[in-house]
Amino acid sequence: MFNYYLKLGWLSIRANPLLSTLMVLAIAIGIGASMTIITVNYAMSGNPIPHKSDQLFYVQLDSWDPNDTDEDSEPPDQVTYTDAMNLIEADRAYRQVASNRSGLVLEPENPDERPFTVDTRNTFADFFPMFDTPFLYGGGWDSSADDGLEHVTVLSRELNERVFGGEDSVGRSVRLNGMDFRVVGVLDEWLPMPKFYDVTNGAFDPSEELYIPFNVAIEYELPRNGNTNCWKRPEGEGFEAFLASECVWIQFWAELRDETEKREYMDFLNAYTEQQKALGRFGRPRDNRLSDVMEWMEAEQVVEDDARVMMGLSLLFLVVCLLNTIGLLLAKFMRKSGDISVRRALGASKRDVFTQHMIESGLIGLGGGLVGLGLTWLGLRGIHALFGEYVEHLVHLDGMMVLAAIALAVVSALAAGLYPTWQACRIMPASQLKTQ
Amino acid sequence: MQIGPIWRALMRNKTGAILIALQVAVTMAIMVNAISIIQSRAESMARPSGVDEPNIFHIVSVGYTEDFDERSVIEQDLAAIRAMPGVIDAIQTNSVPLSGGGWSMGLQTEPGADQDGVGVAVYFVDEHGLDTYGLKLVAGENFTPGDVEWRERQATDWPSTTLLTQAMAEQLFPDNWRDALGATVYINDDEPLVVKGIIERMQAAWNGWDGVERVMLVPQHTLFGSTRYVIRTEPGQRDSLMPEVEKLLADSNRDRIVRGMQTMTETRERSYRGDSSMIKLLTFTIVLLLVITSLGIVGLASFSVSRRTKQIGTRRALGASKSSIARYFMTENVLISGVGVALGAVLTVGLNMLLVDAFGLDRLEIWLVPAAMLVLLLVGQLAVFGPARRAAGVPPAVATRTI
Repeated sequence: MFNYYLKLGWLSIRANPLLSTLMVLAIAIGIGASMTIITVNYAMSGNPIPHKSDQLFYVQLDSWDPNDTDEDSEPPDQVTYTDAMNLIEADRAYRQVASNRSGLVLEPENPDERPFTVDTRNTFADFFPMFDTPFLYGGGWDSSADDGLEHVTVLSRELNERVFGGEDSVGRSVRLNGMDFRVVGVLDEWLPMPKFYDVTNGAFDPSEELYIPFNVAIEYELPRNGNTNCWKRPEGEGFEAFLASECVWIQFWAELRDETEKREYMDFLNAYTEQQKALGRFGRPRDNRLSDVMEWMEAEQVVEDDARVMMGLSLLFLVVCLLNTIGLLLAKFMRKSGDISVRRALGASKRDVFTQHMIESGLIGLGGGLVGLGLTWLGLRGIHALFGEYVEHLVHLDGMMVLAAIALAVVSALAAGLYPTWQACRIMPASQLKTQ
Repeated sequence: MQIGPIWRALMRNKTGAILIALQVAVTMAIMVNAISIIQSRAESMARPSGVDEPNIFHIVSVGYTEDFDERSVIEQDLAAIRAMPGVIDAIQTNSVPLSGGGWSMGLQTEPGADQDGVGVAVYFVDEHGLDTYGLKLVAGENFTPGDVEWRERQATDWPSTTLLTQAMAEQLFPDNWRDALGATVYINDDEPLVVKGIIERMQAAWNGWDGVERVMLVPQHTLFGSTRYVIRTEPGQRDSLMPEVEKLLADSNRDRIVRGMQTMTETRERSYRGDSSMIKLLTFTIVLLLVITSLGIVGLASFSVSRRTKQIGTRRALGASKSSIARYFMTENVLISGVGVALGAVLTVGLNMLLVDAFGLDRLEIWLVPAAMLVLLLVGQLAVFGPARRAAGVPPAVATRTI
């Protein structure tokens, strides 16, 4: 029966190509517009590390200005050097990473090539296992390299292509800010979106091109270029004074495998800040926080307001397109009143008529979904052209979104078809036959 | 025209009409709110940066070797750039307006950690700052070469003088911004700075900051490792001077990288890229929406014309003129769209309240509502014009045929 109804639906669509095209287009445009925006929102609100996002915790310590008594004043979104080092030394989490963003100058071996700047992350050995970074060659460095101030580095795949032509460069050396660093690993393509481990400096930025031990960057006073916030001037001049200051500029992550570990770590943090209070720091009421990846994305409002506003508007847009489709379907089914009463008179039940017309609506929805998918692709290209590199990694249609588009189209079309179909079912067998 | 019979006829077969009215209503809600967003974005984009945008470009220089003597390089660079024909003036600084990255501090009129500070963007310039940016001094005077000091990367001390924008002066001295001139303000809780002059307007690096016009100029050259030169040229000379300056900097010293050369025009475009894209996206949405709604109106009107072909023929046979048939459908559409826009006005305001609440958007200007009602009524009339004309063309003879 299903196949027969499919055939009937197809014939009915063919019988009135103009009206059918209009309906398919109305759904397609609605799907195209809403799916374009949904895709961007989906990418913005995606889980960048789904298999362990609930075990990675962002650490916030409220070391901020005691005189800043605003109601909605939150604990700072980064930590001070003093706290980062104390937490690393305490070593109380399963894994822990303090890191910050910087930029170094790389001098190619060939003296004819100009040096260039590379986006750099200063971090700890745990960074790589903690965030499960994929390696093409080699691996991360050992924690002994952190303590021993070894000049080691991990390159991104792109940088390895650029500097070493893509070959296995483990063991070779790169010259950074006048110092030689030994390559211990090359990452494979790694592009978490959002870039959850450092949303402070751009939630949709690409990952860094190069990683070096944090302690080495400190030892040689290498430049930093990430966000730095201070509520109090450093006491004294120079780098040492800056390190000892209340300025926050480091992101701190802890890996805690279960509730117990999390609770114990929170207790540890609270004990730590109490102990710091005795030293005259942490002048505000205690407000230490551990947020897992998705909680942190939420707290930092990674999904842009603009994207959410557009999402609402685009769904309303879909509503307009569906209202349109309802009207057109109604017109179409009413025009077939004659056919329907003949079928009813020949013994088709209301149920049969219902199934038949819902299948026809679904078919139109499917068509709308397929065309809409094409429009979504175009829409995403348009968004990319408009917003530029900022959205570069947010405008990709994955299998999930393709399925979602088709499903949304079919469900919308079925919903739109409900009322017209119900109307069609009410057509009496006799009444229409009489006027014939 | 007899509205009564048309209305009663509509009521007998209202589903189609209700669908169109709903469509018009939702269309209006989206359209007006989109226009309201466009308005506020356009407004924020229209704010002047205060600097001579068309003739300014900037470029970054990063020294990376151990023995890079930043101070003498900056002195040489500035002397060389300022001497180039076509260059009006140039400075070395930390950041430029609308670039997105910069330095901010707090200023207060009384010393002490318990006093509230007013946030302010900081630009380090020398006595050429005003001339390079084309800033206008509305009170006091410019820095002199004697005011200008050198600042190390981790330095925390501040010089003794500053220039403020008028917006900053107004924030610090709400009663009369002119009081700021010659006054002592405090940075880092208790370090005094004397306000030497007040400039009319200059924007900070962040266009989304509510204090975007609160700026202070500090008379210091920075030794931060990475430095930025801002260059102002004679009108029309910018584009030809850019590669020359880049080459000059790159060739004069091999121990540095020269990068990030950008005109102020580009800086502005990048700064507002999100806003201008939103404007385009929303405009496109509005147009598409109007097209779809019009198509819906055309579709439904055509359907109702073809369904009533026989009645139309009968009316024509009974003496109704072509124009009165056309007018019937036009009036019918006015009634449907009228209900739609009335409902739309309610939806529009409701949606706006929601947006204001959830996203802190601007409240819509209320005149937009009647304006949009009028526009949608007009669009409805245009859309129904085709089907109405076709209805008018139905010959009276149709009445005599059975289907």
